[in-house]
Amino acid sequence: MATTAKTRTDSGITPYTGTWDRAAVIHLLRRVHFGVKKSDVDYFLTKSMSQAIDEILTIDHTDPSPPINNYNENNPDATIAAGQTWVNDYNGKLNNVRMGSFKMWWTGQIINHDRTIREKLVLFWHNHFSTQARVYNWPNFAYTHTKLLRDNCDKNFKSLTKSITLDPAMLVFLNGERNTKTAPDENYSRELQELFTLGKGPGSQYIEADVIAGAKVLTGWRINKTTGAVYFQENRHDTTDKTFSSFYNDTTITGQSGANGANEVDDLLNMIFAQQEVAKHLVRKFYRWFIYYDIDETTETDVIAPLADIFRNNNYEIKPMLTALLKSEHFFDTANRAALIKNPIDFMHGMARTYDIPFPPATDYVNQYRAWYYISYYAAIQQQELGDPPSVAGWPAYYQIPQFHEIWINSDTLPKRSIISDVLVTRGINVDTHKVVIDHVAFAKHFDNPSNVNLLIDDILQLVHTLDVEQAQKDYMKSILLSGQLKDSYWTDAWNDHIANPSDDAKKNILKTRLSAFIKYIMNLSEYQLS
Amino acid sequence: MKRRDFLKRVAPMSLLPFAINGQPVRAYGKLLGSEAEAFTQTDKILVLVRLNGGNDGLNTLIPLDQYTNLTSARPDVIIPESKVLPLSGISGTGLHPAMEKMKNMYDEGKMHILQSVGYPNQNYSHFRSTDIWMTGADSDEILESGWMGRYLAEEWPNYPNGFPNEDMEDPLAIQIGSVVSQVCQGPSVNMGFAISNPTNYYQLLTGNYPDAPAGWAGKELDYVRTVARQTNEYSVKIKAAAESATNLSTLYPEDNSLANQLKIVAQLIAGGLKTRVYIVQQGGYDTHANQVDPVDSNETGYHAYLLQSLSEAINAFQDDIEKLKVDDRVLGMTFSEFGRRIISNASTGTDHGSSAPLFMFGSKVKSGMTGVNPTIPASVSARDNLEMQTDFRSIYSTILQDWFCLDQASSDNVLLQNFEKMDLIQAGCDTTSVQRDKNQRAGDAYVTNYPNPFGASTTIKYFSAGGLINITVVDTQGRIVSSLVNSEIPRGTHEVVFDAAQLPSGTYYCQYQNGQIAQTRSLLKVR
Repeated sequence: MATTAKTRTDSGITPYTGTWDRAAVIHLLRRVHFGVKKSDVDYFLTKSMSQAIDEILTIDHTDPSPPINNYNENNPDATIAAGQTWVNDYNGKLNNVRMGSFKMWWTGQIINHDRTIREKLVLFWHNHFSTQARVYNWPNFAYTHTKLLRDNCDKNFKSLTKSITLDPAMLVFLNGERNTKTAPDENYSRELQELFTLGKGPGSQYIEADVIAGAKVLTGWRINKTTGAVYFQENRHDTTDKTFSSFYNDTTITGQSGANGANEVDDLLNMIFAQQEVAKHLVRKFYRWFIYYDIDETTETDVIAPLADIFRNNNYEIKPMLTALLKSEHFFDTANRAALIKNPIDFMHGMARTYDIPFPPATDYVNQYRAWYYISYYAAIQQQELGDPPSVAGWPAYYQIPQFHEIWINSDTLPKRSIISDVLVTRGINVDTHKVVIDHVAFAKHFDNPSNVNLLIDDILQLVHTLDVEQAQKDYMKSILLSGQLKDSYWTDAWNDHIANPSDDAKKNILKTRLSAFIKYIMNLSEYQLS
Repeated sequence: MKRRDFLKRVAPMSLLPFAINGQPVRAYGKLLGSEAEAFTQTDKILVLVRLNGGNDGLNTLIPLDQYTNLTSARPDVIIPESKVLPLSGISGTGLHPAMEKMKNMYDEGKMHILQSVGYPNQNYSHFRSTDIWMTGADSDEILESGWMGRYLAEEWPNYPNGFPNEDMEDPLAIQIGSVVSQVCQGPSVNMGFAISNPTNYYQLLTGNYPDAPAGWAGKELDYVRTVARQTNEYSVKIKAAAESATNLSTLYPEDNSLANQLKIVAQLIAGGLKTRVYIVQQGGYDTHANQVDPVDSNETGYHAYLLQSLSEAINAFQDDIEKLKVDDRVLGMTFSEFGRRIISNASTGTDHGSSAPLFMFGSKVKSGMTGVNPTIPASVSARDNLEMQTDFRSIYSTILQDWFCLDQASSDNVLLQNFEKMDLIQAGCDTTSVQRDKNQRAGDAYVTNYPNPFGASTTIKYFSAGGLINITVVDTQGRIVSSLVNSEIPRGTHEVVFDAAQLPSGTYYCQYQNGQIAQTRSLLKVR
């Protein structure tokens, strides 16, 4: 039997001073990007570790162009023309098709993400402040909700929590808009404490009465569904004093009447965020997202606690804590490399990025969205659907003890992963006259020495494989590229022949056939599922 | 995730996994095929033995009546005339001295030899010529699919949708030792199952996998590998087949990679796998240097070692399948991407050449030899190569028609043009011998067409589970020629006409896509 001995590491959050080499850059990018592009690795190798991470965390907050009417052909839109954005039009009639448009668009954002950590953080927060589009079913809210996440993904967690509390999608999803003094709805108050801030760790000791009191604080918020505006309706607010348990030091939030009732939400968040556990809970979630799921006592002491201190001491600013996490010796510890299991979006959208799969251009947006649709659909049947986590707790892979990330891989999803990667590396997906398929030769050209079969194998393996590969395995892979021939020069000749005759399809096809089989083989290895 | 909800909320663009709500249009096969159930007598099996590197035909099958000219053309590698093994009933042609076992097989009528097999306009690149042999392409034609892949797609058009099933529980083809081979690439998916190497095979049987590295990554790797093993239905079938049969021949040589592979094949056949094609291989034939050992008058050396390994491996395999009583169902064929140059080079080797002999073996081959000794001119230059006598695709055509019992039209459809079949295999298709209708219905059909073959146009009938349907017609090189459907189609069966009036006649592939279901149909346009 294979060993499962845990070589637990005692590395902490001291900044990493080890080798800043290609392997280190690739490890970093696997965790902060979706897939790893060779060009990004080269780029960050020209920086120091610290510069690289600073740059990755320097997010350009420019809004991407919003989702558009891609659906007109089958679902004519009376108010928004084909190709125009619908996000400001609250007509409520085409919610289903617009939600489809939104989800495809999100996939497009991920596939085309820049060198920063933005999209990885947006998905982190989507998993954390989980909302289900199928439940609230307002595409405009879906857009503004993710815009909120996109705008604040690296800013202040406490402010973000307030914005989320008063966010239309969340107000519908967890019934905040129906929470009134006569019929209090505890749904949001509960999840705010149980999932979004304090968690359920040993340091979280709030009681049922705190859920009830919190719900009262949050009464009175409503949404104007024709504009998406959130407002406070005084006469629905519970103006009584709200008293909390000893966990909150018996805090009383004084009931306020009139417009001032809206300020109670700040009192509530101040009280919650004064708890030590909030920072710890969040850091644990970041840890499970970026490093590994198993948090033992050493990790709790050496990593979680000091990062939580940084988070708290910086008044819940995200960047200082994240900077310390990513720059830590613990993050770069070899014991933590390749230990994540790719989630389906890492697998699918990451594949599109890593191999630079060509998609239809924006001018052909109908088919561009269709191509994005396929990618998101394939992630969805692998159990991760953008916009629709399975519950308010997010995806079980990030909380379900003891399996955590292993939940992604089962007898249903693993064969699907292989089938889909096979499709994208061989036949491709037809979208009208576009073929969404890996361009093998173009991919190989990204590497420095594609005419040298040994270096090409090493370079591709380093980028897309995760663990050391034994020589016998490499020899086998070489036999794929050499069609069983024994001389390396045959590959070199074939490569140079193509370079000298780029328009000769037959010469290109020789390379394509072999690279396709080689990449397919790598993607079918279990190691490919790691990150 | 609740997939039903996914459909509901993203309805117009949503593609529901067919297996969940759909009902396969199995009836299509019945609609179009004959209702008569024809049962096969036995399931026939083809074993392809690939000799990687380009086998030196002139030192394998030696034209003794050309010996003088041959000696002056290739003095550095010529085999001593007296050592050449004679063949029963043939004068002037003999086998390399290392091939005693294959000589005996020939003498016993279990082998057929074809002289100078190749194709017009020989390509001298290993890669390109390998692809030509694998795909059955013309020298100047690029084909994306392999000839065996197209055959298997002709036989089991619904694969892999609904496979394995009660009609076909096993892999259609098994490749041992190489996954690169295009030979099993069908028009849409690869029809073969790869056992990457014998070590991997024994791991499959014993469950003794190498340890994952220590640490967290190793722990997760172990987990993924375990799921991978448990989920591969074909691995489970192969393991069961291997466990239920034991090799009976004592002739398998040690340290012979090809013999090890063939041993596995014999075991799996005897174990009851219905797998129709096995591909094994032997490397090292690219003998530019040290092909022979001059110390031994060229009788020994690396090429001799290869031929002896080949000869002993095939002989042991034949002995084994006879003892296992499955030999009547098994046909074998060797092939190599090309032969070697007539003249020898300065490194006691030979460079890339053109046509070369090919061996077919088994209890059902017709004994004898096809073709005549190549003519070796008195003066040979480095540019000179052997004339082709038999196009390898005529052998493929023969196998398809006389072994797998396709009619000529179907064989032409697989080979994408007509090649005359030859007289190589004992009669076996005189009765209705293959359950083709049944095979064609096996699995789940989502798309079909009628008529086929067709003239100007054909009607594509397809099933939509709801959501985005894409139906694209591509040519044999994978180029899109027509996008027939690219939109959301309500659940149900639908039709669309493929108008090919302006297109040249030939084979096209209709590629259907609905969510994760993909299927390809071969469309044959005739004048």
